[in-house]
Amino acid sequence: MAAVGERQIAYDARGLAEPFAEAPRIARVEDGVATFDAAELTTRTINLELRRLLYEEGVREVVVQNPASRHSLGVGILTRCKIRFEGSLGYFGCGLIDGPEIHVTGRVGWSACENMMSGVVVVDGNAGSLTGAALRGGDLVIRGRVGARTGIDQKGGTIIVCGDAGSMNGFMMQRGRQIILGDVGAGLGDSMYDGTIYVGGTVKSLGIDCVPGELTEADREFLARKFRIYGLGSPPALQKFVCGKQLYNYDSLEPAERKLVI
Amino acid sequence: MCGIAGIIYRDGAAHPIGDEMTRMLQSMKHRGPDSTGYALYGTPENGGLVMRYKLADANTPRDFEFEERLRRHRVEVEARLAGLGARIHEVEEETPYAFRVTFDYDGDLKLLADLVENIPEAEVLSLGRSLEIVKDLGDADSVHDQYGLSEFTGTHGIGHVRMATESEVDIAGAHPYWAYPYSDVAVVHNGQLTNYFMWRRRLERAGRRFMSECDSEIIAVYLAEEMTKGASLREAMNSSLDELDGVFTYIAVTRDELGVAKDELAAKPLVLYESDELVALASEEIAIRQLVGHEIDTYDPFEREVLVWQR
Repeated sequence: MAAVGERQIAYDARGLAEPFAEAPRIARVEDGVATFDAAELTTRTINLELRRLLYEEGVREVVVQNPASRHSLGVGILTRCKIRFEGSLGYFGCGLIDGPEIHVTGRVGWSACENMMSGVVVVDGNAGSLTGAALRGGDLVIRGRVGARTGIDQKGGTIIVCGDAGSMNGFMMQRGRQIILGDVGAGLGDSMYDGTIYVGGTVKSLGIDCVPGELTEADREFLARKFRIYGLGSPPALQKFVCGKQLYNYDSLEPAERKLVI
Repeated sequence: MCGIAGIIYRDGAAHPIGDEMTRMLQSMKHRGPDSTGYALYGTPENGGLVMRYKLADANTPRDFEFEERLRRHRVEVEARLAGLGARIHEVEEETPYAFRVTFDYDGDLKLLADLVENIPEAEVLSLGRSLEIVKDLGDADSVHDQYGLSEFTGTHGIGHVRMATESEVDIAGAHPYWAYPYSDVAVVHNGQLTNYFMWRRRLERAGRRFMSECDSEIIAVYLAEEMTKGASLREAMNSSLDELDGVFTYIAVTRDELGVAKDELAAKPLVLYESDELVALASEEIAIRQLVGHEIDTYDPFEREVLVWQR
């Protein structure tokens, strides 16, 4: 009674899964679009097949069927391409990517698109917590709801959430933008350094040093552009939240320096 | 890290939950390979009580007297049950040290459990009219095979794979925990509790017993204490959000309810799937996909949420 694909998995002395696995070479390529069924593959062979198609075969568009909520799929893809996952991903999906346009037709688990550098990821379902953690660039669109700490440590890019969001969104965010159309939980933008959070619904509570900001013409232009790109209609009335910069103390001296000055 | 899972059927009929829970837990083996535990709700053959107990732990020295001691203690358990007026239907030996006994008994269950646990090394793992707790070291497949769980059918159940962080790797430290002496209540937990010693002292003063040094045991005993005072499962779980410190997602089950609670940081994962037929929840969606073949719509509950379902 092994879990899906579990029996085949071997580990080396360091605990790395399937050290000698090779790409299964099962994809069919038609009109430049490669399609393969991941139902019988393991996490590692799915990723190897994806890499073979993108890096060795030079295919620019890949469809992965039956990802079946497995973890760490589509990670570390560093080339411009289109990938569609027909189903849900588990944890750490599409992390560390630079360039691809990814469409997930199901749901993603925790830590999706962690440290994404550029590209676009559109998720049709819900997402777990820590979505877009340490995001550096690109657009991440979640059509459902997200868990807690979305865009924690965000350093750039845009996160758009069409549903509700959990607590501590934008915790310690440093740059970039978040657009949350639903309600958000407690501690929004706690300890943020910079960046902007737009909220369509109610805010349960603001975090430390997160304050309401004034919506400018530049904001409206930005929102209209993003809504147009992702077919979200015209932007509703949104509240804007920014950093109050009250926690900044770059000017204050260290104790040792203070002695010198005095 | 730990992985937790739960499943409850809405129709109240018996389903092969022993096999289903094993598939869920085995797919989360990477979350905790130390031990695996099940709390399953079935329908005991004779409509009486069912008790699971063990007479040795994984770390008990296997000295030259070990087998003889086990045999003596086993006879003693049965003698004490008979002494209380319990009519034993059957005693099944699952492993040399773990047993399942079905019996009829009308008296005080706490007294019965206390008398059994008074025997050295003995621990009552579960006691009730439908709850059965099975736990042992190893992954879900090996515990499933060891305890013959493929024959187990029932209405709902929870399970746990453990990565030990707070106490020893032994059976006493494995989940689920029974809410002694509140029969038919069990808990699995993913997380760490930071006010463990405060609550342990408080609950011990109230007369509760602790069989392990695992922080998760607090939750089961806390719920038992609240429910003894008259709280419903939902009320007890709601008050636990304020009373317990630390990070946790835990699942609690009673004879006909299954509930889940998340701490105020939402620090531990849980994925929830509801259909007309069943509710399934697990630390990872991949576990739920072991039960449901097609693509499903799931979501993560938010912080401080308490959700309870009836069978």
